[in-house]
This record gives sequence, structure tokens and C-alpha cells, in this order.
Amino acid sequence: MSAEKTEKVEIKNLRDFWSFFWSELKPKGPIFTPFNIISAPVIVIGLALIVYRLAIGLGDTTNMNNDFPWGIWKGAIVMSGIAIAGGGYTLGFVVYITGMERFRPILRETVLFAFLCYVFYAPALLIEIGRWWNFQNPFIGYEFGVSSVLFIVAWHFVLYMITLGIEFSPAAAEWLGMKRVRKIVGATAVGAVALGVMLSIHHQAGLGALISMGHAKLHPLWYTEFIPGLFFFSSIFAGPSMMIIVSSVTQKVFSNRVDEEYRKSHADIVVGLGKMCAGVMFAYLFLTFILAHHEHDLQYINTPMGYWWLTEVVGLGLIPMLLFINGVQNRNLSTIQLAAILAVMGAALNRFNCAFIAYNWFLPLEARYSPYWMEVVVTFGITFLMIWIFRFAINRMHVLSRQPEWAAAIDKH
Amino acid sequence: MDRRTFMKMVGATMAGTAGGTLLTPRTSEAQKAFEQKEFHSILIDTTRCIGCRRCEKACAEANNLPIPDISEQANEAIFEKKRKTSETAYTVTNLYETEKGKVFVPWRCMHCNQPGCRSACLVYAIKKRETGHVTWDANCLGCRLCVYSCPYDLVKWEWYGTIVRLQKCNLCYGRFLKGKLPACVEACPTEALMFGLRRGLLEEGKRRIAQNPGKYIKRIYGEFEVGGTSHLYLSAVPFNQIGLRTDLGVKSVPEYSLVYLSAVPFIAALVPITCFAIARVVRIEKDAIRKELEKKEGEEKKKGEEKEKHK
Ligand code: SF4
Ligand code: SF4
Repeated sequence: MSAEKTEKVEIKNLRDFWSFFWSELKPKGPIFTPFNIISAPVIVIGLALIVYRLAIGLGDTTNMNNDFPWGIWKGAIVMSGIAIAGGGYTLGFVVYITGMERFRPILRETVLFAFLCYVFYAPALLIEIGRWWNFQNPFIGYEFGVSSVLFIVAWHFVLYMITLGIEFSPAAAEWLGMKRVRKIVGATAVGAVALGVMLSIHHQAGLGALISMGHAKLHPLWYTEFIPGLFFFSSIFAGPSMMIIVSSVTQKVFSNRVDEEYRKSHADIVVGLGKMCAGVMFAYLFLTFILAHHEHDLQYINTPMGYWWLTEVVGLGLIPMLLFINGVQNRNLSTIQLAAILAVMGAALNRFNCAFIAYNWFLPLEARYSPYWMEVVVTFGITFLMIWIFRFAINRMHVLSRQPEWAAAIDKH
Repeated sequence: MDRRTFMKMVGATMAGTAGGTLLTPRTSEAQKAFEQKEFHSILIDTTRCIGCRRCEKACAEANNLPIPDISEQANEAIFEKKRKTSETAYTVTNLYETEKGKVFVPWRCMHCNQPGCRSACLVYAIKKRETGHVTWDANCLGCRLCVYSCPYDLVKWEWYGTIVRLQKCNLCYGRFLKGKLPACVEACPTEALMFGLRRGLLEEGKRRIAQNPGKYIKRIYGEFEVGGTSHLYLSAVPFNQIGLRTDLGVKSVPEYSLVYLSAVPFIAALVPITCFAIARVVRIEKDAIRKELEKKEGEEKKKGEEKEKHK
């Protein structure tokens, strides 16, 4: 198995690295699985569409228009993607800062997932912005919009991506057998996590602040002054919920990569995460209802948009919260998993609503936005590609299993 | 607290504060610009507009846009629908049936005093010039947050084509620098549009309201709306009858993001320190527990050994 092999390899120069890397590029499992057969063509078509979009522009490849400047690329890939990647900082905080060691087995997987989410949104943003050849302007341009929320979000987005990379780098260093590097990056753990928490609060809430600037066009049920806070809260439960789903899937699919310790503690971890989600969701929903009541928005409840709001807040908010509580009390994993799926859908729907469903809601139905097929294919293509890389890393690195002895020894010192 | 942790904390504080100040928004900029400068404006008297659409044609000519057909028949057909501005038409004139009969209303970027579009822009591609013009530069990267945040939905993006631009009225900034009037104002045959300093135009508007009792409603649209705008409207009927939103309030769009922006430096400085502090406390606690356990174990071992000896 690769895990043992890696421990023997010590990479000394670039040639070693490349030959090792090449040998690792070979697929580790059967090639013609149903997932591969479905996802491969989607990825290929998606990549082709990306090139097409960069060449010919947004008008012909998307359904966005001047009434709906943000479609599913921003709403689905970026906004909800960032929310469900929130596990990266919440679990980092829980394990490294508050020292709850029982969540440690899931940590690497979470960081890897969050890291990949961010790495894949960056290209998604690149195709989303209209003048993509100017994408570097906020970072090395001659004009910085320092009082723009988006400027802050963009910077924190990139900084956090780097931070996540550092947080995950011990696993990569172990894979490549780089002892010196492993030692250096291993020492940064707490610092990286603390920085990550700060950066995450900033850009999770910042996305909300962007939305609050559209107050004139957002449905009053969704608009509140506290959108930044709500976005932040919902990322705290959306992230762990997503990790309940992801870890449950990886437990089954990559069972040969999971070590005994993780397998045994998985049920405990899921229950623990469920408890956490239930608590945070309670706070989130409480705030949501209070704000809606306080701003006299409940008068809109008995309208089509009101029903839609209830779908989001009750159907994909209150119900998963109750399921979480029930599942935790009875230690019923499938209930918790179901709750997690609903909760993630709820958080994602919230972002969709803010980006285009509850935006310019007074327009007639036929003028509203619905995604063009190319947008959908690209979205799936990017997601599948991300899953491929996720699988690549899990199959080769110590993601689901304890770090090798030598790395543990380094950490002790 | 040992020295290493202390240094770490100091480092974090410094990094946090430095990062905080670096990324701290200069929120008051817009207000400052607004307080000190004399902005230019256009006063639109909707009672004088006859719906000839000459402003639309002149605007298209001045800005290299497709020239509209403004013949009588064309106009009749066009006024059947309420149009919005678009990437090919910076200004549109709409017809409204009101309690006092037909009213024509020219409609284009309001050139807000504190524009939402400008505060949205992460590279300041949109600028509020000292003269009051809201203009666009080519360093824009096309995120379209400006489109999202304009309260009047007047920023238009060019969707078709590879090299795309942002399209909206810029109050003829180029012509202004050459000392010319905005094209629409020049073309208007009835002086429904009037160009000048905002302060003066507000006075002129109030003078017209005072001198023609009963003709106008006693307010100027744009004096306070979303923090004040540079296009000012006079009307004979309530503004919501001629398609102007009256539910927007007087708070400017940038103010909506102020709470978040002012929290940024605090979060940047405080969160990492808090994290380190918690981590430290937890560590001390854990060490104490471990030591206690070890001590207990050691004692038990000793006792056991002693027992063995006694035997
Ligand atoms: S009306 Fe819209 S586009 Fe014009 S200055 Fe105000 S926010 Fe900007
Ligand atoms: S689309 Fe361009 S002008 Fe508008 S906010 Fe984004 S970068 Fe600025």
C-alpha cells in the first residue's frame, strides 16, 4: 500500500519528487466505476464550456442579465460553497483551540475538504467575472477599493485559502516524506487555525454584508441589517453538517483507508457534531425569527414569497434542528445524517435566495432568472473535479488515518 | 505564561493590528467628498418634458451607442412599454398615466452623492468625481456587485461579447472636461433638463415650486433620497405615480455595510488573541490534569512496591 511506501521514500531532490509523483498519479482503484463513467464526461464538457465562456462572454453561456447580475455560479458555487466549507475553521477551532481531542480524527478530512472547496471556487470566480483578464487588480492593481466590502472579502478569501493550504500541508509533507518540511509546518498549527478563524469570520460575514447592500432589491423577509451575522452563524452549522455527510460517505467508500481509531470513534463524532449543529441552528433560527418579527416582515408571510421563506426557515431550518436534537438523544446516526442533509440544503437555499431568488422579487415570473444548462453543467463539472482530487488525496495521504510514526514523533518535540 | 507564548501573543496582536489598519476601510471618504465638494447636477422638470426623445438620440450620438429612431410613430409604439436603461441606452424616457394626465419622465443614473455602485467596487473602477460625476474605468474586473447594489438598478453590464464593459450615464464627464453641456441638456428643446451646481439647482427647483403654487408637489425628488442624488426631479404628481421609488429612505447604500466594515479591524485584532488565550488556558488545564494523573499513578505504584517489599 502507498501508505507504507511513502514512509520509506525520502525525497531529496526534484527528480525523486517527479518520479514519485508520476508513480502516484496512477489510479488506485477500479477505473470504470459508475461514478467515474458519469463524472468524467461532465468534467470534460464542463472544462470545454469554461474555455467557450472565456472566449465568447457571459451573455451566450448563462441566463444572467441586468436584472439578475448574479446567477448560480456566484450563488451556488461561491456563496453556498463557502458556507459549507465552514467546517474548516469551526472544527479547527474546536480541536486546536478548545482542545476537544475526540474530534481530531475527522479534522484532516475537514481541512482537506474546505481547502479543495476554496481552491475550486477561485477558478469558478474567474469564469464568473466579466472582465476576467483583470482578476489580479484587487491584489496587485494600482487602485485598491479599501472601503469596499468585496475588497475585504477577496483578500480574506485568498489569505484563507493559503492558510488552509498550510493547515493541510503536514499531510502532504508526510505523503512526500519531507521530514524537514513536516517539522516546520507542523509547528504552525495553532497559529494557522487562529488566523483561519479570524479570516473566516471576516469573509463569511462579509458575504452577508455584500448582500445587505442590495437592500433596495431584496425581499424584506431576507433583508435585515444583521445579514452578516446570519451568514456567519449559518456557516457554523452548515460546515459541520456537511462534514457529517462527507465523513459518513468516506467511511463507507474509503473503508480501506480508515484506521481503527477513526472507525470506532466515528459514531461519537457524528453525535458530537450533531449536538453542535443543533445548538448553533437554534441560535440562528431564533435570531432569524426575532429579526423578521422585529422588522415587521411577518406581514409578508401569507404571500408566495412568504411561503418560500417558510420553506427555507422551517422546512430546511427548524425541522433539521429538531431532527438533530432527536438523533442526538437517541444516538440515531441516520436521523442525524438526514438532518445534516436538510441543514446543508437550507444554508445553500439561503444563499441562492439572496443571490437571485429573493432578489428583484417584484419582477414578473417570466422575467426571473433560472440557470442555463451550460451553467449547470459547469457547476457539476467543477464539483466532480473537486471530488476527484479529494479522492486522489484520500487514497494517497494520511487523511483518514493517523499520521505515520515519524510524524507523530516530530510533533512530540 | 512563558516567554514563547508571550512573544506569540505580541506577534499576533501586532499582525492583527497591522492587518487591521491595512485592511481598514476609509469609510468616511465618501462623506468627506460629499461635504467638501460642489457637485454638478441636472434638474429634471417633468412638467416640461414633451416626450420628444431628443435627449435619447443626443446621448446615443455622444456615447457611440446605437442611434434610436425618434420619429412620431416610433415614439408612440415605444411609450406603450415602460423601458429600463440598458447597455445600449443610457437614458430612456417613459410615459406615465397619472391623476393629472400624461407625464413623460427621463430616467438615467442618478449620480448619487454617496453611490452604492462606487462603494461596492473593489478596485474603485467606479469613481465619484469631485465634480459629482459617477464614472467608470477599465480596471474593472466585472464582478457586477455594482449592478447588485445600485438601489435604482441603473448600472448596466454588457453581457454579449468577450471584451465587455460597464455601461451607464456618466453625466457626460468627457464633454464636461471640455467645457460643454451634457448632450441631453443641450438637445432638450423645452429646458426640461437643466445643468448646473447641485446647490443652485435645488434653489431653482424650490423657486419654481414657490412661484407656481399648485403646479408642483412641494418636494424635490433626489434632495434626500438614498443620501441625496445629482439628478433632481420636479413633479406635479406624487413621485410614485411617475415610477420613482419612494420606499428607499434617506440612508445611503454605503451606510448599510458600515456596521460590518467598522467591525473588521476589531475582529482582525481580537479573534486571534482570544484564540491563543483559550488554547493556552486549555493547555495549562490539560497539563495539570495529566500531572495529577501521573502523580496518582506514581503513588499507587510506590504503594504497590512497598506492599511487595513488606511481603
Ligand atoms: S444611481 Fe446607481 S449607478 Fe447611479 S450613482 Fe447611484 S448607485 Fe451608482
Ligand atoms: S463590476 Fe467592475 S465597476 Fe462594478 S463593482 Fe465590479 S469591478 Fe467595480
